[in-house]
Amino acid sequence: MTSVAIKDTYFSNAFRDRFATANDALGKLRQEAFEWFTQTGFPTVTLEDWKYTNVMPIANVDWRVADHPSDDVSEALGQVREFNFTRNGFTALNQAFAAYRVIRIPKETAGDEPIVLEFAAAAGEAIFPHTIVVAEAGSRATFVEIFASEEAGLTNSATQIFVEDNANLTHFRVQKDADDAFNYGVTEASVGRAACYDATSINLGGTISRHDIEVDFTAEGGEASVDGLYMLNASQHHDTHSIIDHRVPNCTSHQSYKGVLNDTSRGVFNGKVFVREGAHGTDAIQSNKNLLLSNEARVDTKPQLEIFNEDVKCAHGATVGQLEEEELFYLLTRGLPDALARNLLTYGFAEEIINKITIGSIKTELDAAVLNRLNAEI
Amino acid sequence: MLLEVKDLHAGIDGKEILKGLNLQVRKGEVHAIMGPNGSGKSTLSKVLAGHPSYEVISGTVTYDGKNLLELEPDERARDGVFMAFQYPVEVPGVSNSQFLRLAYNEKAKHNGGEELDPLEFNDLLKEKAKIVEMDPQFFKRSVNEGFSGGEKKRNEILQMAVLEPKLAILDETDSGLDIDALRIVAEGVNKLRTKDNAIILVTHYQRLLNYIVPDFVHVLAGGKVVKEGGKELALELEEKGYDWVKAAAK
Repeated sequence: MTSVAIKDTYFSNAFRDRFATANDALGKLRQEAFEWFTQTGFPTVTLEDWKYTNVMPIANVDWRVADHPSDDVSEALGQVREFNFTRNGFTALNQAFAAYRVIRIPKETAGDEPIVLEFAAAAGEAIFPHTIVVAEAGSRATFVEIFASEEAGLTNSATQIFVEDNANLTHFRVQKDADDAFNYGVTEASVGRAACYDATSINLGGTISRHDIEVDFTAEGGEASVDGLYMLNASQHHDTHSIIDHRVPNCTSHQSYKGVLNDTSRGVFNGKVFVREGAHGTDAIQSNKNLLLSNEARVDTKPQLEIFNEDVKCAHGATVGQLEEEELFYLLTRGLPDALARNLLTYGFAEEIINKITIGSIKTELDAAVLNRLNAEI
Repeated sequence: MLLEVKDLHAGIDGKEILKGLNLQVRKGEVHAIMGPNGSGKSTLSKVLAGHPSYEVISGTVTYDGKNLLELEPDERARDGVFMAFQYPVEVPGVSNSQFLRLAYNEKAKHNGGEELDPLEFNDLLKEKAKIVEMDPQFFKRSVNEGFSGGEKKRNEILQMAVLEPKLAILDETDSGLDIDALRIVAEGVNKLRTKDNAIILVTHYQRLLNYIVPDFVHVLAGGKVVKEGGKELALELEEKGYDWVKAAAK
């Protein structure tokens, strides 16, 4: 594997000071992960999965590692061990420095209030939140992560989601970092028997951001919606890599990702849906639609469906384009001036995803953020 | 005279479809434009609304004393021209009430009227919805998304009711409607008919004209008006079909 050489001066000092001598099981995991990172480094564009996303601007900064308190994970070590820290250099670093939060939704309970976590990195600071959410059998809850750095910090987060049998978890992930911040995040979700996982990822902020999401069905009858929006302007860069893995029969996954790209921004969508041998009765739909508002904006989209099975219902597709002329004409004939009509259509395009956010205060704020991006009042 | 079309030649993709069309519409009148497929009915609607794909080759269109062809589609709309679409467009993510309020306010701004906030507008919309027997649950839904054919057409007439055009062009509004939906739509249009506005009904069939009785019927063939008359002309067409007018056009 090709890697960037790691300067010995940062990360290693922080790690040496904090975790290098820890003897407990978690400490050993941290050491293993840091060792892997030391050898592997940050991913580079020579790797297929990173060819459009150059993280040198992150690798070149001498980050100050935040010292945030971590929950006791002795009860969740099994889950921590399941985390795929060798996914890339970021995930290894996260495992090494992770500030854990463990959230359990007890069996057969329904949380009335959403569980909301908010994260922010200060200028020059790197934070490593690692959240484990276990929705126990038959439970129902809404979990919200908000990434809202106001300065040029680095957020390197990991979120492990376990939706146990018959449980129902709605997960909103909102990334609205300052436009000079960096954000990497991975979501790993496992969906149990007849369980339901509904994920919506809104990506608005950051100079370079990437979200990896992987959803694995572990038993029959699971359902997952894995939706998202990236809305970019100026020279922002966002990359979503998604894997939805149908290993077992009779599961349903629907994925709709949308991109709105203005100015010289750049978007990347790579979505793999695997339908493994024996996963009959799979129903998988994937779509990625992109709206380019400027000639210099660019998106690279690659929806991939890999089916190793028959008796499945699968569809996928991607579009990249401008606003529909007929839609625009329709709005004009109702008296909306051209600029307003275009903004309204763009807003509607983004709102199709944002409308999934059922928490009023967050949705209102996102509506405003979208309008602000469009420089429009609607 | 509200609308005067003189010797209009227009087409699309370099193909001339309207070949010297004349039409005069006064306030308070309802005109039916009938004709076989390909006669230019839809082209006339699109040209009047200002569709960018259609090209005017020659002729003039005067609307309310202005050269209509010089106005952008949105300017025409704010000046009181409205076209109900044959195939209303779906606008995902934008609610019906949001969309209509924006349109209402743009027009109000243009005509020196009062702009309404969402609450005020909602009251207005509730009143207007009665005209087409539309359930207020449609206000919150995305414009036309997932609407049935009949619901879409009712939504068009609701928009007409909100925007109160001086000239409404209903392009094949009856197509794809069952008899109940047709009745609701037609009754809605009749309620909106006043001595200060004019309506152009573009239709292939006579059926709609049983409900909305026109003052004048113009029959198009080959891109021209080939026959004109009163409401009884529509019945004659229903009986004899279009072959005889097509023959007359040649």
